[in-house]
Amino acid sequence: MAYDKFNVLTSTAYPLPTENVDTDQIIPARFLKATERKDFDINFFRDWRFNQDGTPKADFPLNKEIYAGSKILVGGRNFGSGSSREHAAWSVYDFGLRCVISSAFADIFKNNCLNVGVLPVQVSPQFADTLFAAIMADPKTEIKVDLPNQTVTLVATGESESFKINSYKKENMLNGFDDIDYLKNIEGEIAEFATTRPF
Amino acid sequence: MAKTLFDKVWDSHVVRSVKDGPDVFFIDRHFIHEVTSPVAFLGLESRGNSVVYPERTFATADHNTPTINQHLPVADPLSANQLDALENNAAKYGISHWGLGDKNNGIVHVVGPENGITLPGATIVCGDSHTSTHGAFGAIAFGIGTSEVEMVLSTQCIMQPKPKSMRINVNGKLGLGVTPKDVALYIISQQTTSGATGYFVEYAGDVFEDMTMEGRMTVCNLSIEMGARGGMIAPDAKTFEYLKGRSQTPKGADWDKAMTYWETLYTDEGASFDAEFNYDAADIEPMITYGTNPGMGIGVTKSIPNAEAVEGGVETYKKSLGYMSFSEGDAMIGKEIDFVFLGSCTNGRIEDFRAFCSIVEGRKKADNVTAWLVPGSHKVVDQIKAEGLDKIIDNAGFVLREPGCSACLAMNDDKIPAGKLSVSTSNRNFEGRQGPGSRTLLASPLVAAASAVEGKVTDPRTLLV
Repeated sequence: MAYDKFNVLTSTAYPLPTENVDTDQIIPARFLKATERKDFDINFFRDWRFNQDGTPKADFPLNKEIYAGSKILVGGRNFGSGSSREHAAWSVYDFGLRCVISSAFADIFKNNCLNVGVLPVQVSPQFADTLFAAIMADPKTEIKVDLPNQTVTLVATGESESFKINSYKKENMLNGFDDIDYLKNIEGEIAEFATTRPF
Repeated sequence: MAKTLFDKVWDSHVVRSVKDGPDVFFIDRHFIHEVTSPVAFLGLESRGNSVVYPERTFATADHNTPTINQHLPVADPLSANQLDALENNAAKYGISHWGLGDKNNGIVHVVGPENGITLPGATIVCGDSHTSTHGAFGAIAFGIGTSEVEMVLSTQCIMQPKPKSMRINVNGKLGLGVTPKDVALYIISQQTTSGATGYFVEYAGDVFEDMTMEGRMTVCNLSIEMGARGGMIAPDAKTFEYLKGRSQTPKGADWDKAMTYWETLYTDEGASFDAEFNYDAADIEPMITYGTNPGMGIGVTKSIPNAEAVEGGVETYKKSLGYMSFSEGDAMIGKEIDFVFLGSCTNGRIEDFRAFCSIVEGRKKADNVTAWLVPGSHKVVDQIKAEGLDKIIDNAGFVLREPGCSACLAMNDDKIPAGKLSVSTSNRNFEGRQGPGSRTLLASPLVAAASAVEGKVTDPRTLLV
């Protein structure tokens, strides 16, 4: 499914410093029963955003008006662990987020994000702390994520760090391409390879 | 050059390497289930693609199937819709499909090996993180997202950067009541829930050599719970013995040819790993978790550590204990429980039922415990009956249910109610994993059985002697 190109994003951010946020929290299993990809924002962090009676939990960062409309989420270490459900990445995207920043990501979640147009930006633990502190001090803190230059910057102070992304995935994100386009283009080569497999 | 088992299998599946990018990685075997495949088929169709190698994909219904009255129509319309989508997509593209009621149906990571679809040296993926299970046979197996499911369906490849390699050696002999599940929970407690992120693990040493195939599957299954993409064990005589004659394994001359290849699948002397850890079997006791990730595990006789004694942030740790309604320093033994779940792709195999029965035989389920015993497949059910374990289960006051993922992730009706405490042989103790507000203690089938008959967390060794 196509996604919007990613270039430079400047936005306020939701802070979620809890570590080891697993994909069961991002989207609980009982909301995985759809056969289409739509409206996954509704149950994004369902049990952390809402009480069992459906009323919002006012103190949860994603519910705070002051952060509303942010396109970036700064998460704690080991963000997106556990289940491979791509629904977690879909729910991030459908909620309006285009970038998740953390000092460490779980592998499958990171891959899924890249495949659906959400940029996972891994920063040092120190820089993650700097970002959290800045947001706590001023909830309207703006963060600039510059994909062409691979930098993430606190707009107000200019504090900045570079991040890694391989050049293949970077091109994909900049242009809104995906892996299937690439793979279909080398169909013949794959078919030839397949004939060499013993089983 | 000396190569690791992982290198041998990985490198032989690389169609091409993208410069400063991932490998184009060929997939031999692809499993699909009802939850993570429907959107992949929609994507395939919207692009006008088809399934290129339908004979390499295998469908089974498991994640949200009911575990009672499977002969009746599925009551939940959303679940029924997903099951229909799986069946229809499989029929449309000529993919093998084991739906509800099929004699081969069961949890994807149980039915793959027992039907001989899982083979040494193969690459295996599925839209499920516990695909790592199949590494027990010396395959490279790991979980993928739905976009990647679509890639496999339409091209038989995915684009993956090669993970780093790690070897975990456990040597010595396991003590009484210490099972493969305990070995895995011990390793994860040492590595933490994210310690192996970015790595693919090979398990080596006496303990894994001595283990049955079922045990090896339990260990490899849990690799993802320390962040590893997957885990694998070099195939040996036990592996070949397990596979020989299964419905989909190579036969005759093809078997001999396969064996010639499979016998090359080991880590060469002198091959190097990016990380290596050694553990001693004597340090492992029956394990139990106390928190909200699988890395939060301790020996069942131990007390919950203080926040300062564990890796990671204090606030996250306290949030976790707060969710569990536990305190630092609490003993785990004696905590009163409400539910016991025996099953899942981690511990839903015949050996797990044998272990459970070894404790409950001649005893009775505690009145305060609701127990769900869910075999991993129909073949496991048949074996349980053939061995008379169903009688033991029945006499002890337990009920055997029908196969499926069940209360491991509680997509069906098998949900632990809010606040209730469950001893579960499954793989995740995340908040709400077994139902909104549920609290999960991960443990082995032996710990589950001992706790089920005592009504509280119990060291199985006290009932084994």
